[in-house]
Amino acid sequence: MSGVPILKLDRITKTFPGVVANENVSFEVGQGEIHALLGENGAGKSTLVKMIYGVQKPDSGEMSFMGEPFAPSKPSEARAKGIGMVFQHFLLFEALTVYENIVLGLSAAEAKTGDLRQRIIDVSTTYGLKVDPDRLVGTLSVGERQRIEIVRCLLSEPKLLIMDEPTSVLTPQEVSVLFQTLRRLASEGCSILYISHKLEEIRALCSKATVLRGGKLVGSCDPRQETAKSLAEMMIGATLNKPVRQLPAPGEIRLKVQELFMESEEQFGVDLENITMAVRAGEILGIAGVAGNGQTELMEALIGERACRFGRQIQLDGVDIGTQGPRERRARGMCFAPEERLGHAAVPGMALWENTLLSAGKTNDLARGGLISLFNANRFATKVVDDLKVKTASVKSAARSLSGGNLQKFIMGREIMQNPKVLIASQPTWGVDAGAAAAIHGILIDLAKGGTAVVIISQDLDELFTISTRISVIAGGYLFPSQPTEELTVEKLGLAMGGRAKEVDAAKHAANAETAGA
Amino acid sequence: MDLLLNVLLGVVVAATPLVFASIGELVAEKSGVLNLGVEGMMIVGAIAAFAGTVASGSYVVGILTGALAGAAMAALFGVLTLTLMSNQVACGLALTLFGLGLSALIGQAYSGVSLPQFPRLDIPVLSEIPFVGPLIFGQDALVYLSFALVAAVAWFLTRTRAGLVLRAVGENHDAAHGIGYPVIAIRYLAVMFGGACAGLGGAYLSLVQTPLWVEKMTAGRGWIALALVVFASWRPLRVLGGAYLFGGITIMQLHSQALGLKIDAQILSMLPYIATIVVLVVISRDRVKMKLNAPSCLGKVFYATS
Repeated sequence: MSGVPILKLDRITKTFPGVVANENVSFEVGQGEIHALLGENGAGKSTLVKMIYGVQKPDSGEMSFMGEPFAPSKPSEARAKGIGMVFQHFLLFEALTVYENIVLGLSAAEAKTGDLRQRIIDVSTTYGLKVDPDRLVGTLSVGERQRIEIVRCLLSEPKLLIMDEPTSVLTPQEVSVLFQTLRRLASEGCSILYISHKLEEIRALCSKATVLRGGKLVGSCDPRQETAKSLAEMMIGATLNKPVRQLPAPGEIRLKVQELFMESEEQFGVDLENITMAVRAGEILGIAGVAGNGQTELMEALIGERACRFGRQIQLDGVDIGTQGPRERRARGMCFAPEERLGHAAVPGMALWENTLLSAGKTNDLARGGLISLFNANRFATKVVDDLKVKTASVKSAARSLSGGNLQKFIMGREIMQNPKVLIASQPTWGVDAGAAAAIHGILIDLAKGGTAVVIISQDLDELFTISTRISVIAGGYLFPSQPTEELTVEKLGLAMGGRAKEVDAAKHAANAETAGA
Repeated sequence: MDLLLNVLLGVVVAATPLVFASIGELVAEKSGVLNLGVEGMMIVGAIAAFAGTVASGSYVVGILTGALAGAAMAALFGVLTLTLMSNQVACGLALTLFGLGLSALIGQAYSGVSLPQFPRLDIPVLSEIPFVGPLIFGQDALVYLSFALVAAVAWFLTRTRAGLVLRAVGENHDAAHGIGYPVIAIRYLAVMFGGACAGLGGAYLSLVQTPLWVEKMTAGRGWIALALVVFASWRPLRVLGGAYLFGGITIMQLHSQALGLKIDAQILSMLPYIATIVVLVVISRDRVKMKLNAPSCLGKVFYATS
């Protein structure tokens, strides 16, 4: 660790209309350092790194890179100086091969130096990032796609690598492989700016952390000397109360799924294979798994957006409902909160009170004889907003005007206030800040206490360990039998999440080779 | 034998405008832009080429005028859909209607004017081989150009970096923008190339096929070219094959009586479209292939966000 910092930010400020994204942020990244940028959603982490990578320009303040003033106006300038970035949303083309994707990410000159194919293989073997240059990206898992992004960065031999929330899509095993790669890079002198809000990861990986809150720098520390709790409190600026899971003994089976097979309708989707599960009153079943292993398809089947072949494949309180659609299932007392908030769970352009009509219209008497009851709908929406402390100007605000966390609270509130027999939620706290997440978790636990059977599909293992009574893993469209949370560890789950995925992957690879040859 | 030769020569004449128009549209669609205005660009190209030739007395000038006019129409489409972000389908349909009207307006002065027979590029000796000679070595320059163009587009799309970037823009414009490629500029170039090709197709109609200006002389060929791109599942060489197949069907309409076919001409003129629908249904069954060939961002408006 030599004296001159590789990257230095001095009083960087950036404002967007109505929002100050960053205010007077200054920090330094040393050579070979793995530096964490920590903060909640909306704390200004992404904006800050976008300025370093030249996607956006700061309003004021200065940056220097390797001791020289530095003000990139576009990403290619930042790349030319030796900055690589792996975005949270990958910049990949599904219908193109891995090789073509890598070529597209390099400048024309870089792509021409030497035998690129050989260099890709060299880099990937050196850093343990296995990639097959001739595979189509559309057939790869999310973890494999991330590897392509990293290989793409490493080919231009960066001096600083920026990683934006890299682990949110990985299995625990993939995370540890990624960490090995990052540590090795750091030991070779490459600095890493690591953005995350996952505290345990940062404690395990990083030697320095800069904490942002509301666009301002609130402190820096050595995360190895801190506890997760102290980091979290620094991050949210308040003490954090974790919800306590204390549930009565489970009752009767409310939701039963048996021998459910379903072919996916999506291009690179996953077929459901023999899904079998039972959820009792008062239970919270967590379904863990890496994104793209059949969660979307399972959600569709449970909601009824795609009907099953036989009614008995899904039963609610002993009644066959497999062939029924979402409205019939809702009428029987099921409620759903799909993953995608805007466009699936709520209509973006409609007001909050109008959005309550969509799912609670029948159950809460918001419309009668084909006419909307304005009074009832407004009262219901107001109650949801008040009870869940949703921050909004009024119930007449459009759904899209709410922040992700607030809208999620509203959607969860709309569903639970119908007192469902069964609630199915996908990624209930995805992109929601820690405070709101704790509130949503509390709501789900209260609901289970009242005798609802709850199913949570989530990729966040911490979340599942916090609230679920039982956890099962979905991999390659197959649902492993559930086990009580007390008997499980992250490692055990991780093996199930990754292990079967590999077998399925091999089969997919073979099928893919067949179509490519045809 | 003479009848067969005549039919085959007719197929070449009928297919060539389709080759031009559809190979251009293929490039535009590969970049993610659906331009339904091919018919309009063709007809404007036809009248511009005719007027240019009459005014200058030179076929080269005329052909260039036709291509430029097509590119200008495409540029107009680009301003509407790429810069002003209007709906591509609606603007494409409007472009066709606008082109038909504009060409009729310009063409008033040219009705009744006729041009001499377009010169053939008779290759000495070889073109005198019976049957094969006139068919392969005795065509006009535009026919050879159309073949060269298909080969060039196929090579460009699969073998060059610029072609890869163009496909990437059509596949995922957000990712391409994120990496730093100028999505809108690339699409302008692709759309204008498409327009220039449609203009060439139109020029072939008014200079070679019927060396005359007739209002609405494209007679739906722009629509066939559009269907062809889908029929060929966005592959350049299949476009060539498809154009000759569809051209053949057109010629069958003309010669159906001479050939003793008892099929109504109307049914024959439906065939290209029926074939396209059948092919669409067949290729849609294999999702992987559909995904590989069809540009994912086709027809989607690109909003640059950073």
